[in-house]
Amino acid sequence: MQIIVFDFYAFVDKYFSDDKNISTFDLGKTNFSMHVLSLQNVVKAYHNHIAVNDVSFDVKAGTIFGLLGPNGAGKTSMIRIITSITAADSGRVLINGQTLNAIHPTEIGYMPEERGLYKKMKVGEQLMYLAQLKGIGYHDAKSRVKHWLEKFEILSWWHKEVGELSKGMSQKIQFIATVVHGPKLIILDEPFSGLDPINANLIKDEIYSLKEKGASILFSTHRMEQVEEICEDIVLINKGQNILFGNVKQIKNNFKENQYSIKFSGELPSNLHKDGYQILLQKENEIIIQAGDPNHSPNQLLRKLVDQDINITGFNEILPSLNEIFIKKVATSNE
Amino acid sequence: MNKIWLVTQREYLTRVKNKTFILTTILAPIGLLVFFIAVGFVMNQGSDKAKVIKVVDTAQLLNGKLETSRDNLTFEFRKESVEVIKSQYVDKKFHGILELVPIQDSLLAKYEVVWHSDDQLALDESYAISAAIAKKIRDFKLRKLKIDETALNNLETEVTIDPKGILDDKEVSSITSMVGAGLGAVVSYIMFFIILLYGSQVMRSVMEEKINRIVEVLISSIKPFELMMGKVLGVGLVGLTQVAIWMVLMPIIYLIGSKILGIDTSQLGNTSNLPPEVLESATGKISLVLHELKSMNWMLIIPLTLFYFLAGYFAYASLFAAVGSAVGEDINEAQSLTLPLMMPLMFGFYISISAMKAPDSSLVVWASMIPLLSSVVMPVRLPFDPPAWQIIVSVVSLLLFMVFLVWLAGRIYRIGILMYGKKASFKELAKWVFYKG
Repeated sequence: MQIIVFDFYAFVDKYFSDDKNISTFDLGKTNFSMHVLSLQNVVKAYHNHIAVNDVSFDVKAGTIFGLLGPNGAGKTSMIRIITSITAADSGRVLINGQTLNAIHPTEIGYMPEERGLYKKMKVGEQLMYLAQLKGIGYHDAKSRVKHWLEKFEILSWWHKEVGELSKGMSQKIQFIATVVHGPKLIILDEPFSGLDPINANLIKDEIYSLKEKGASILFSTHRMEQVEEICEDIVLINKGQNILFGNVKQIKNNFKENQYSIKFSGELPSNLHKDGYQILLQKENEIIIQAGDPNHSPNQLLRKLVDQDINITGFNEILPSLNEIFIKKVATSNE
Repeated sequence: MNKIWLVTQREYLTRVKNKTFILTTILAPIGLLVFFIAVGFVMNQGSDKAKVIKVVDTAQLLNGKLETSRDNLTFEFRKESVEVIKSQYVDKKFHGILELVPIQDSLLAKYEVVWHSDDQLALDESYAISAAIAKKIRDFKLRKLKIDETALNNLETEVTIDPKGILDDKEVSSITSMVGAGLGAVVSYIMFFIILLYGSQVMRSVMEEKINRIVEVLISSIKPFELMMGKVLGVGLVGLTQVAIWMVLMPIIYLIGSKILGIDTSQLGNTSNLPPEVLESATGKISLVLHELKSMNWMLIIPLTLFYFLAGYFAYASLFAAVGSAVGEDINEAQSLTLPLMMPLMFGFYISISAMKAPDSSLVVWASMIPLLSSVVMPVRLPFDPPAWQIIVSVVSLLLFMVFLVWLAGRIYRIGILMYGKKASFKELAKWVFYKG
């Protein structure tokens, strides 16, 4: 008799989940996960302070994830635990559902904030060396390095010493070094710092294309405008603790203060404040208004204005920027 | 293991392909040769200004002839009194007057020759003149005392002690200890310098990786201990390569150099100054030395020497790596930390010098069994056939201590390479050993 075990949750995950990026889902594997990385109650203490204090979060496979926090929040300590440079005191780190093991570092590409390459070593040799340290064979490494250098149109740099390159040029080499071994999880610590806009765009495009190919990117920064632009989910860390975690759009929605910006022509109704609306800013034909009733709908407001026979030329809900949320959350958690 | 090998390869290849390595490896033996030739030349060079010296031999000792080893001196024998010649000492046409006063006592122990001049004689000139005169006085005394020269020579006897085993019938000769000491000295000297030279290269390499921050990229792919070991191995292999090249190159350059420059190679050893009978016995001695070298227990000496070298190198190179990881950019801080580390090695080196004279003194015996000291002291003792139990104790203790030091260095290294801006002291390093990963 044959026993068929039907994994109901796997079935639901595959066919009914609204998350389309289940790239790691593989029926051949018993250990699957839609999370490329999970931290579960991770704690790391150094001799005089707690760098990571009971932090948990998940990174969905095939997404760009933002690890945010002010300087000294514990981001680097966390990254060092994920990259196996140091070990957590307690808690679990899972990569694709498996507890961190000796193979995982080869599946991770890490670009530290403080960039570093051997200045006296030739570009080609250096990339070959770093690829091989990640467990890639000699010939494979050679074709991969060649492929990446061709992609950035810098194959002619193969025999140049890194010390001869400009800062922007060596950043490109650093990026190639991070991704040359085809990692499933790419960790970038402030990847755009020190890059001019052209090179920053080049790297940004590469990040998107790596994502398209199924890689997941953990992006550590304190530059909020970049996060808003490219990250789907974020975790906000302060003083070693997770103070905010979730989808960027969701978070912005949760933090909205029911403010609207309205462009118009005509006379404003005088009884707006009776319904709990408060005008925060008034210009000649633009106002910023706040709804006092949390259960209001923007339609009510619109209807009220239209009834007054006002010509509305623009109506926008004002969502807080991540930067504002960041500052607010860090300030409250510091209190 | 594979990754250690990758690091070793990189360390080795980038160093060996480096222009400075190629230059120092080839130029160092040439430079050394030029240096020795120059030193030999300088040492043999005395005052070369031609000097005329008037001699007033009232003692009737020289028979109108004085030959010294200095070619620049010409002696003019004069019958006039010293006062008359002194009056001719105008414009310093001659250098001075040598006055040999009459000998009163034929058995005199001390004889003073007077030098009249406003200029001093050079030290080597004055030695040469006194030696020549002393020889004349000796002949004078032999004549006076009626002693036959050959009879006197027959009094001289060369005594050697010829060892013969009682229980142990191993063949030993009168020069075993000399050859052994010489061999040990060379080995100990080479080991001392190689350990220091390449140990500090490991330190520099670690500092370089820490300063240019590549270390964080590296240790996200490889364990710090593997990185350290790969480095120590790679630099060690560079050292062995360099020594091997030198061993081949030295004799070749020596031969070519002597042919091209037309240098009389025997001049370098200064054998020409030796009397012929010494030279004759020297060739005899060379064949004896060769015979002695052949009879040594090479099957024991070579592997053991290699072991002491490798163990010493590994222990020291790891410690240097630990220091390099702790200091970062400050080379002064590095020096103040490495100095105490070098103490045992230097102390061992001085003990090994005393071991050449007395390889069985209790200081040397004990030092040859104490780890770190033993890696430079024991190789000197090996040609003297130390007891087996001492070799075993020495090897085992060094091996254990080396493993301990490498472990200790690894503990410090793994913390040090990621630690910036902290002043490294031994107290701080000791704390790092107990940090958890």
